[in-house]
Amino acid sequence: MSYALDFGWLNEALEPILQGALATIFLTAVTAVLGTICSILGAMAARSGSVALRGAIEAYVELIRNTPFLVQLFFIFFGLPSLGLRLDATVAAILAMTINLSAYGTEIVGAGLDAVSRGQREAGQALGLRPRLVFLKIVLPQALRVIFPALTSQVVIMMLESAVVSQIAVRELTYQADMLQARTFRAFETYLVVTGVYLGMSVVLRRLMVQGGRKLLAGGVS
Amino acid sequence: MDFTFWDILRNLLLAARWTALLSLVAFIGGGLVGLGILLARVASRAWLRKCAALYIGLFQGTPLLMQLFLVFFGLPLIGVRIEPWSAAVIGLTLCASAFLAEIWRGGVEAIPLGQWDAAKSVGLHYVEEMRLVILPQAFAITRAPMVGFLVQLVKMTAVTSIIGFEELMRASNAINNATFEPFTVYGLVALIYFVMCFPLTRYARHLQSRTQN
Repeated sequence: MSYALDFGWLNEALEPILQGALATIFLTAVTAVLGTICSILGAMAARSGSVALRGAIEAYVELIRNTPFLVQLFFIFFGLPSLGLRLDATVAAILAMTINLSAYGTEIVGAGLDAVSRGQREAGQALGLRPRLVFLKIVLPQALRVIFPALTSQVVIMMLESAVVSQIAVRELTYQADMLQARTFRAFETYLVVTGVYLGMSVVLRRLMVQGGRKLLAGGVS
Repeated sequence: MDFTFWDILRNLLLAARWTALLSLVAFIGGGLVGLGILLARVASRAWLRKCAALYIGLFQGTPLLMQLFLVFFGLPLIGVRIEPWSAAVIGLTLCASAFLAEIWRGGVEAIPLGQWDAAKSVGLHYVEEMRLVILPQAFAITRAPMVGFLVQLVKMTAVTSIIGFEELMRASNAINNATFEPFTVYGLVALIYFVMCFPLTRYARHLQSRTQN
């Protein structure tokens, strides 16, 4: 038996694929921003000296890191409405992705904060800077510079994992692929093309973040 | 038909066996294939290294769900009959092989060059050099990330529910559809995954701290 690959459908499929890709980029971008902020807050809270707060953050990180993203997503989208919290699919996806990314991010940012030497903080205090300024202007930028590659990888991983949010009918790239293959009956070709799009997106995203990070963090953020 | 809490839990635990089995099979299969990828990745021929790097990059740069779909819909095109279980095993094995090869590469590159020279100078040829000197050390250094990856693999198996493999996640969807108790069902599912993964995470951390000291 022989099977000829057929990409004749591709012309009409370009638009939905583009729409899906844009939706995936949107989800990833929103999650990256929210997730980074939450990760910084989480890492700060874990180092605030409050035992209860540290315990809560540790429990959160362990819980998220030891369960699949798909379960977290379904729990939020299907489980929370029974508590009276009904979320739109896109909101649920962003919430689940942010919660997931922040758990890994908290560990990453925390490692970065620990890597900044105490002398830096003490020097800032000796200059009479308020603790908040010492953190924002001295400790955090140095920590971010150390952990930026790790954070970039985690964001790329999150983008790839976001493929499963198609399961709650968020109209991102995989959802569009599902719709396309149901229409064209060319499942393999459809997923092959979309896999290529994902690959391109992850390569470009990684490059953009590395370059952007270098520009943003070079010479210390002020 | 009414499901009690215990019915739900029992059915979930029965399905969790498949999650455990799939993780184990994919880990072992991925280890065997990954060994081949690793040998290519650290080979002396540049084109072999490049091919292996491309293979690893492909699997690490695309969603697991797409990889599973491509196996599931691709193999029938070349005349291989396939059902969800074998698609899940093949997809996860290939994916795991890429990740494990990359982990082990780190281990191989961490071995001092003197070890290679020493192996050559006692007259070992390539196969023995790898088998007796390089690989045992590379595996020993990378035990913590290997266990860490096993945790990742257990979580990855949840995605195979989407191509129809009846593991824990798919069972939970079916039970949820029958009971309309998503909070309980998905809460329990999360708990079961946690119970499977957390000891491994702790073990990985233990190994990590031991290698650091």
